[in-house]
Amino acid sequence: MADVNAKKILLDPIADNNPIILQVLGICSALAVTSKLETALIMCVGLTAVTAFSNLFYSLVRNFVPGSIRIIAQMTIAATLVILVDQTLKAVAYEQSKPLSVFIGLILTNCIVMGRLEAYAQSNPPLPAFLDGLGNGLGYSAILIVLAVFRELFGSGKLLGVEILPLVTQGGWYVPNGLLLLPPSAFFLIGMIIWAVRTWKPQQQEKPAFRIQAGQIHGVEAH
Amino acid sequence: MEHYINLAIRSLFVENLALSFFLGMCTFLAISKKIETAMGLGIAVIAVQSLTMPLNNLLWQYVLKPDALKWAGLPGTDLSFLGLILYIGVIAASVQILEMTLDKYVPALYNALGIFLPLITVNCAILGGTLFMVERDYTFAEACVYGISSGASWALAIVLLAGVREKLKYSDVPAGLQGLGIAFISAGLLAFGFMAFSGLQL
Repeated sequence: MADVNAKKILLDPIADNNPIILQVLGICSALAVTSKLETALIMCVGLTAVTAFSNLFYSLVRNFVPGSIRIIAQMTIAATLVILVDQTLKAVAYEQSKPLSVFIGLILTNCIVMGRLEAYAQSNPPLPAFLDGLGNGLGYSAILIVLAVFRELFGSGKLLGVEILPLVTQGGWYVPNGLLLLPPSAFFLIGMIIWAVRTWKPQQQEKPAFRIQAGQIHGVEAH
Repeated sequence: MEHYINLAIRSLFVENLALSFFLGMCTFLAISKKIETAMGLGIAVIAVQSLTMPLNNLLWQYVLKPDALKWAGLPGTDLSFLGLILYIGVIAASVQILEMTLDKYVPALYNALGIFLPLITVNCAILGGTLFMVERDYTFAEACVYGISSGASWALAIVLLAGVREKLKYSDVPAGLQGLGIAFISAGLLAFGFMAFSGLQL
């Protein structure tokens, strides 16, 4: 029973309750760092680590933190972890951390971290909280990797810097789609992913605020 | 003077926080269903941004920057790794103070902003703006200008998107795209529109 539960907590956020496309959390970085697979992977590792461990540590102290200062407590825990990730990255992979610019720091205000702390770690024991954080990090990573593979492969014909589709400019046959390297294309891709996932899982669809009925125009207020 | 106007125009249009750096996207997409609420949130962001940016700038220039503690007789310090935790502290505190001040002296505005004010603490546009300010090492005056104009850029973007989404309510969108999906795509189109400003300079 416990095993089934743990698996559910871990895997649910990947497709059924994905943080990006269903909970609308953590979109900023998903758009900004996905033009290359390498930066996206670094971001995924950073975010998953911060979410999982902040969930774990906050869950450990949850019973000692009064409700009125919990936001500050959550922020302090998350900020410490983000500083650790940031400093480690600067020490280990300085060149790769450059294109991420402010986005590693922004893991702190990434809504996934705060959202999961508030929604899950607040009221659950440490182990499930850790798994929940890990799962949500993985759900985020899944979307980021799909976006980054698509954008890097079709935008510049490479994956992780290795040429896959030889470009026309270098005597190959592939004409790169420059649009995919521009930041706004990430919006369209996420929109499309949402469309695909919601067609596959119709229970995630939102009700239209207004429905136009045959023969007449009839407004139905959304609740 | 021209330098500051240039900075303001650049951060309003070319480096729009929401549409070219994608900061504050969660609230941007979640609270842009109505123009009225979008406007309230936009004003709150401008207020918080123009309050916290100069404060964080002072913190950066006189405490955290490498060698910043020279005025206190402590040369050779580098506290920049403490940045994140202090900036978010300043942001959380100023949001709290702003909330209490508004509640006491301008209750009308306080009621209009409602739940948005506390939410702004975790809006990445605020912390993001501060981090950009640090990365570009703005002076105090530049930070003031950048604070106001980057807040305004975010407000502009969310009001624009809310306008589009209010009209979209009546259109016949495929079921899977309904709501969030179409909001993403319209935000993408808006971002494309804003790319036309790139290279704009006085």
